Amino acid sequence: MYKYNDFDTAFLAERNAQFRAQVERRIDGSLTEDEFKPLRLMNGLYLQLHAYMLRVAIPYGTLNSDQMRALALLAEKWDKGYGHFTTRQNIQYNWPKLRDVPDMLDALAEVGLHAIQTSGNTIRNVTSDHFAAAAKDELTDPRPYAELIRQWSTDHPEFQFLGRKFKIAITGSSTDRAVTRAHDIGLRMVERDGVAGFEVIVGGGLGRTPLIGKVIRDYLPQADLLPYLESVLAVYNLLGRRDNKYKARIKITVLENGIDTIREMVEERFEERRRAFDGTDQLLLEEITAHFTPPKLRGGNVETYLAAYDADPVFRSWADTNLAAHRDDNHAIVTISIKAHGQTPGDATAAQMRGMADLAERFGYNELRISHEQNVILPHVHKSDLPALHAKLKEHGLATANVGLISDIIACPGMDYCALATARSIPVAQEIASRFDELKLEHDVGHLQIKISGCINACGHHHVGHIGILGLDRAGVENYQITLGGDATETAAIGTRTGPGFAYDEIVPAVERLITAYLSLRDSAEETFLQTYRRVGMDPFKAALYPEAQKKVA
Amino acid sequence: MPRPFTPKIITANDLLEGDVIYFTDTNSWSRELTEAELIEDEAEAQLRLLEAEKDALRVVGIYLTDAKSGDNGPEPTHFREDFRRTGPSNYRHGKQEAAANV
Ligand code: HEM
Ligand code: SF4
Repeated sequence: MYKYNDFDTAFLAERNAQFRAQVERRIDGSLTEDEFKPLRLMNGLYLQLHAYMLRVAIPYGTLNSDQMRALALLAEKWDKGYGHFTTRQNIQYNWPKLRDVPDMLDALAEVGLHAIQTSGNTIRNVTSDHFAAAAKDELTDPRPYAELIRQWSTDHPEFQFLGRKFKIAITGSSTDRAVTRAHDIGLRMVERDGVAGFEVIVGGGLGRTPLIGKVIRDYLPQADLLPYLESVLAVYNLLGRRDNKYKARIKITVLENGIDTIREMVEERFEERRRAFDGTDQLLLEEITAHFTPPKLRGGNVETYLAAYDADPVFRSWADTNLAAHRDDNHAIVTISIKAHGQTPGDATAAQMRGMADLAERFGYNELRISHEQNVILPHVHKSDLPALHAKLKEHGLATANVGLISDIIACPGMDYCALATARSIPVAQEIASRFDELKLEHDVGHLQIKISGCINACGHHHVGHIGILGLDRAGVENYQITLGGDATETAAIGTRTGPGFAYDEIVPAVERLITAYLSLRDSAEETFLQTYRRVGMDPFKAALYPEAQKKVA
Repeated sequence: MPRPFTPKIITANDLLEGDVIYFTDTNSWSRELTEAELIEDEAEAQLRLLEAEKDALRVVGIYLTDAKSGDNGPEPTHFREDFRRTGPSNYRHGKQEAAANV
C-alpha cells in the first residue's frame, strides 16, 4: 500500500500545526464561530447534535494494522471507546472535545492518516472497491489511480471551492462494489483491444434528487485520467449552479444541460488540458503503483479448511456467508461483519479494532479494508487459516454470519447524532436485525440489502437499497418511507416509493410484511428479493404493506 | 387575531465540549433542560436571545426553540429537542452517562 514520502509527512505536520493554532485562537476568543467553522470543516470537524464529530478519511478503504490501531487509540483515548465506519470509507468519532482534536490529528498523521477534505465543497475521499487487488473478477487494482487522484485533488487550488461537494468512486472489477453509478464521477476499468482504460460515468448521486450517472466516455486511456478529470471538474466549476445549494451538484448540471453538451465541453477542454500535462503524473503513478504490489501469497494445502467446513456447522455457515472468491484459489476474501444483531451498524470498539489489526497481521498479510457497506475486510487470507481466524473473531464478538443478509443493514447516524436528521435510523436498523434474528429467517431469506437514512441527504444510500427506508418528520413525529427495487451494483437503479410512510413503531412490522410477501412470491429459494421484485413488480408488495387500503377498495 | 405564542427556551452547544446547553434566567448556561428559562412572551424571547448571544465566543449555535411547561420545568415539544435533551438511543452516552454517574 501507499507509503508517505517526506513531502506527504511534512505537509500533514504543517496542516495540523496550522489547525492547532486555529483551535487555540477559537478558544481564546480571537476567532468567532463564523470565522472558525470553515476552518474546522476543512479538517473534518463537525458539530453534531450532542457533541463534536471528527471524520477521518480512509483513502479507498485501505488500511494496514498500524493504521487500524491508531483508529483504536483515538477511540479509546479521546472518544468513548468506539468509532463509526461510514458508507464513504471514513470513520467518524462522535465525542471528541474541541481541545483534543489537534492531538487526534497528530496521532493520525503518525500513521499517514488525516481528515482533510472529509468535508466541504471539495473533492472528497476517493472511494473504491473494498475487494481491490483480491477479487477474482478484477481487471486491475484501482487503488494506484485512487491514490493518484487523492494526491492530485488534495489542496488543488482550482477545486477547493466548488459549487458543492464532489465524490469520485473507482473500481477495477466487472462487479461494481463501489456504487460508481451513484457518484459525481464513477470510474470503471474496462478493456479495449486488451488494454485497460476507464469507462467514465458522470452525474450520479443520491440525496434530494437521486440520479443514476451517465456514461460520458466509454473508454479513456489510463494516461489521460487526470487531464480528463480536470476537464470534467472545470466544466462543472463553470456551469454548476451556485444560486441554489440544492441544484449545485454536477448531477443537476448534467440533467439541465444534457450529457451531450457536457461531453462536448469536456472534450474541448480536455484537448487543452492534456497538452499541459507533461507526463509527471505518469511518473508519479509509476511510483505509486510500486507501493501496491500484491502480497506474496503463500502456498500450502487447504485441508484444515475443508475439514472444519465439513465438521463444524457454525463455521460452515460463516464461511458460506462471509467469504468471497479470491483470485488465488487457496485464499479467500473475508468480510468481518461489524453488524452483530442489535448493534449499531458500522460501529466497532477500540478492542475490536485492535483485534482486527492483530488478525490482519497474523492471517491477512497486514491488510484491512473498510467497505461502503460498513464492514471490515481482510482481503487475503489463506484458507487453511480460516478456522483459526473464525475462532478468534468469535472471541471478539466479530463472527456474525450475516454479510449480504437482512441484518447487514447500512444505516447513517440519523437523529441520534446528526444535526441534519429528520428522524432516527440506528434504532430502526437495530430492531429489524433483532427481529429477524428472533424469527431465524435470515438465512432463508438470503441476499437482501436494507439501507436506512435519517433524512433526504441519503447518507445511508436508501435509494439504492433493495428495501430503502427514509426517516422523515411528519408533524413532529418520526415517520418512515419505504422504497423498493433500488440496486447499488453495475445494474444500478433508484428504488420506487411504495406509498405513505410508517410511524416509528410500525416500520419493523411493515418490513416483516414485505419479507413474508417475498417468501410467498418467490419462484424458488434461489430467487432473491430484488429478482422477485423485478419479476412481480410493486403491486403485491404494496398489498402486503397496506392491507387496510386493500380492504377499502374491496 | 395574532397567533398564540408558543413558549420558548434558548439552547446551544458548549464550545469546548460540544454538548447541549440551555440558557437560564440567571444568564448562565445549564446542561439540564429542567433548569432552562421558559420564556412566555414573544418580545421577551427576542431580548433574551440577544442576551444569550453575548456568549457567542463560548457557546455555539444559539437558537430559540419551542418548549412547554412541565412538572420539573420546561419540556420539549418536538422529538428532536427530546433527543438533544437525553443523548443518543444506541448507547447511554452524553447526558445519560452523566446522569448515571451522579
Ligand atoms: C455529520 C454528519 C453528516 C452530515 C452533516 C452529512 C451531510 C450530507 C449532506 C448535506 C448530503 C447531501 C449532499 C447533496 O446532495 O448535495 C449528504 C450526502 C451523503 N452523505 Fe452525508 N452527512 C453526514 C454523515 C454521513 C455519514 C455518516 C455517511 C455514511 C454513513 C455519509 C455519506 C453520504 C452519502 C453516501 C451521501 C449521498 C451521496 C451523494 O453525495 O450523492 N454522510 N451528506
Ligand atoms: S442522511 Fe441525513 S441524517 Fe443521515 S447522516 Fe446524512 S445528513 Fe445525517
